[in-house]
Amino acid sequence: MTESAITGTKTTVRTYKDYARPLWRRLIISREAAVIGGLILVLIVANSTVVNFGTPITFYYLLLDVLPILLIALPMTLIIITGEIDLSVASTMGLSSVVLGTLHQGGMPLELAALVALVVGAIAGAINGFLITVVGLPSLAVTIGTLALYRGLAVGLLGTTAVTEFTKSWKDFVKSKIGDTQIPTVILIFIVLAIAFAILLHFTPFGRGIFALGLNDEAAKFSGINVERTKFILFMLSGVISALAGIYYTLRFGTARGDNATGLELSVIAAVLLGGVSIFGGRGALHGVIAGVLLIGALGSALRLASITSDVINIITGTLLVLSVVSTSFLAWLHNKRTKPGGKKTLSQAAKS
Amino acid sequence: MFQKFSRTSGVARAGAFAALAVSVALVATGCSAGTTQPGEGGEGGDANLSITFVPKNLGNAYFDTSDAGGAEAIEEFGGTYDEQAPAEGTPDGQVSFINTLTQQQVGGIALSANDPTALCDAINEARDAGVKVVTFDSDTSEDCRDLYINQATSEGIAKVQVDLIAEQIGDEGQIAILSATANATNQNAWIELMKEDLAANHPNIELVETVYGDDDDQTSFDKTEALLQTYPDLKGIVSPTTVGIAAAARYLQTSDFKGKVALTGLGTPNQMRDYVEDETVTAFALWNPADLGYLAAYATKALIEGTITGEEGDTFDAGKLGEYTVDAGGTVLLGDPYTFNAENIGEFDF
Amino acid sequence: MTTTTQPSTPIGTGTPGTTGSGFLRGLGNFARARETAILLALVIVIAIATIKNPNFVFSNDGFRNLLLTPSIIMLMAVGQAVVIITRNVDLSVGSTLGLTAYLTGRLFIDFPGIPIIVVFIAGVAFGAFLGLINGALIAFAKVPALVITLGTLYAYRGINVLWTGSDRINASDMPKPFLALGTQTFLYIPVLTIIAVVVLIAAGWYLRNLRGGRELYAIGSDPSAANLYGLKVTQRVLVAFVVCGALAGLAGVLFSARYGTVNSQAGSGYELQAVGAAVIGGVAIFGGSGSVWGAAIGAYLLLTINRALPILGVQDFWQQAVVGVLIIGAIVLDRVLAIRTARKLVEARDK
Repeated sequence: MTESAITGTKTTVRTYKDYARPLWRRLIISREAAVIGGLILVLIVANSTVVNFGTPITFYYLLLDVLPILLIALPMTLIIITGEIDLSVASTMGLSSVVLGTLHQGGMPLELAALVALVVGAIAGAINGFLITVVGLPSLAVTIGTLALYRGLAVGLLGTTAVTEFTKSWKDFVKSKIGDTQIPTVILIFIVLAIAFAILLHFTPFGRGIFALGLNDEAAKFSGINVERTKFILFMLSGVISALAGIYYTLRFGTARGDNATGLELSVIAAVLLGGVSIFGGRGALHGVIAGVLLIGALGSALRLASITSDVINIITGTLLVLSVVSTSFLAWLHNKRTKPGGKKTLSQAAKS
Repeated sequence: MFQKFSRTSGVARAGAFAALAVSVALVATGCSAGTTQPGEGGEGGDANLSITFVPKNLGNAYFDTSDAGGAEAIEEFGGTYDEQAPAEGTPDGQVSFINTLTQQQVGGIALSANDPTALCDAINEARDAGVKVVTFDSDTSEDCRDLYINQATSEGIAKVQVDLIAEQIGDEGQIAILSATANATNQNAWIELMKEDLAANHPNIELVETVYGDDDDQTSFDKTEALLQTYPDLKGIVSPTTVGIAAAARYLQTSDFKGKVALTGLGTPNQMRDYVEDETVTAFALWNPADLGYLAAYATKALIEGTITGEEGDTFDAGKLGEYTVDAGGTVLLGDPYTFNAENIGEFDF
Repeated sequence: MTTTTQPSTPIGTGTPGTTGSGFLRGLGNFARARETAILLALVIVIAIATIKNPNFVFSNDGFRNLLLTPSIIMLMAVGQAVVIITRNVDLSVGSTLGLTAYLTGRLFIDFPGIPIIVVFIAGVAFGAFLGLINGALIAFAKVPALVITLGTLYAYRGINVLWTGSDRINASDMPKPFLALGTQTFLYIPVLTIIAVVVLIAAGWYLRNLRGGRELYAIGSDPSAANLYGLKVTQRVLVAFVVCGALAGLAGVLFSARYGTVNSQAGSGYELQAVGAAVIGGVAIFGGSGSVWGAAIGAYLLLTINRALPILGVQDFWQQAVVGVLIIGAIVLDRVLAIRTARKLVEARDK
């Protein structure tokens, strides 16, 4: 479990919810609240300093840009909570994009081609799941391999050409807005999926099983949780949602290319880890992740509007990723120092009792 | 007891989630509730002469020159110049920049398109917001730009390269094309015309393959190596892109095939001077990219100020290049391609 | 029982000190067979390509390119193998290569007349420094290597693009002797390949014979046992990452010598090939086994397949798919072999 080939050492960093504290304290002084606070801060600062940021059209573009990351972050959260990882999401996006493009170009109606693309995504996720659960390979290695394989298939199928002819009505739908506001219609799809995932993770036994898996998969197995099936389902979900994001990406940019969305997996993982999910598994919540995605998206949008180049945005994303993981370690170390025997907190608790 | 805890925790979590959703919605709608967009409108008052050049990609010597020409023009007529482009020549890379420019409410965009149709939606959104869009070097489809500045007729460009290679290989043998990106409008237009010219006028020349170097130097270098290795009887390579021809020449210079395989295409004198002097390359063609950028900037200015609307017959002033007229299809022609060889290459500096 | 069964027979280096128990010697031979198997595959690929087009090997250009093009990836694969053996991974090597390649060009432009050896040292030192950042974060903060190097992959690339701006290093900016290094041959073997092979021999010797190298295997096999045993785990992991970064830096210098033109995208995607080459070459992703020889042969196999595909009529667009299939095949094979050896060990114990 902890030696799932992601970590190099046995000493994992666990922070457990301190249920002795009152509810409001648990909510406010939590990682998720910090990220939400950060998001609001970035929005306020950007609004006042960057010209043209506060306009509705900016939020429109921001949401359109960030939607694939929002979508994929949902299953990725669940996967990282179980202690695994899926690096092949961007390649699955590219593959579904290419499938959509080639089939549609070959004469298939767009709706049917999209359906086939979703099935392809499910198969891709299933292959990941099979190799990880049945064959027993580490998810890092498998998804590095499938990252190359799926991207290679995508590029191989189309070469370096791009398919750019798509049904106009669908392209328009993807960029349409709700009524008179500047909120894109497709955000509704995300909200529905987000609510579904939130219910799945926080309110069902399956979700509790995911947390248990992440903390200790052998104990979870002996508690009756079907570890293999859970992980398999999660990877398949990841494949399907990545395919959906790929379809959206293709329709939004009007281009199906083999190298669409290269590198998106970084943004997804950075946002998920920033949002408070622990890389060691067993801890995390969706609202932090959504705030994390919006935070990175808003930062990127503000910087682009301020004519700062996109490489700076990449530097910031990379640094945020590193900082969020290091800070968790650091805070846990601090916490351990205080609560271990001889620490301040245990002494004071002992004095009270 | 435990059930009580889990129920409250569940409710608390749902509440926290709802709080987030509400706060985000508030922020979004609060901003969208009728705030006026700050920024200069194009109607009345000073014309917005901030023009941004969006070439195919960054780090490309050809576009460095053309955008510098545009900057020179913009400085002459007192506008603001900027250059934005993706690092790789992809259409979706350009879409993000066009979106940002729309939000920034620039006056005009001078664009060299990576794809004829993929950019149309973004461009039309920009045009709806009042931004003038002019394409240069590589066009989009006619309905999604205001003007197209063409460096030379596509037929002329195709013909000069075919003529050069035919002359250099004795009008018979196998040739290959090393192109840029597979979707670039101008590349595909020229390659089509080259194929027609070869079929009609040079029946003994066989075009074996077209490979794509993606306007990336290292990829073009590797593709040249692959071509020479796969086709041992290859007599000539045509590369209608300055990045491709420079990379191919550099590979040829240190290979056994130097002097045995002819190389021509479109190249800049500065990049090719070495190779012409040591006879790796005999002759190649181009036009002046700086003039192209210069003309594009003046055309954009004319559109912004309302002097022209892009109709056939419109005329506008282009600084030191004189007056230009708009042809059919919203096209403005710069001139003719020019052939460089060992005799005249010393006279140019771009 | 998922990941805890990992027999840690260092592959390819033989099992020094074991006595002549027939079973263990058989194991040793079998393990060694991994390197020979890949070498055999490489020879077969070259043979097929040469039959189709004799110029693949039997021409000056062909032979030179056969040896030259994979040397850069080979260096990175060797560094990657060192890191993977300690049960970590370094995804930022491609960006490190890009940064050092650009640094090389910049040094030549800003300091005309600078001796080439100084540029080499500067490149290696810069790469080592970037590796040090990775190693420090991973070893001291005890954070998973995957996440850190994923972050530095993008941070370093972003710094590279920022530094480069819209510029590009041209071949004409570099001194001719340096560029000549890229194509010069010495007794028909390209100079760059000689440099890479020397580094390979040094790394292989270090891992096999020096204490620091052997300890890397121990750390990868079972980190907690290594810790309890008293090995300086933090220090060794740090050194592993520094070495990986330094080798990527050297690869960057060689890259600029070979290609001459360096833009901000130099080296992107190379980390995948490096990891792939190491995995294909028998370095187990769990850590604790494998050798740099296998990684080097894996690098050659990977790139030679890439170069042979066009000759065999397959569009070279399919290259990355081939890499993916090979990686997955290699790790599945590793797993199957591991299960089989574990079963054999259990049988031997129960006999």
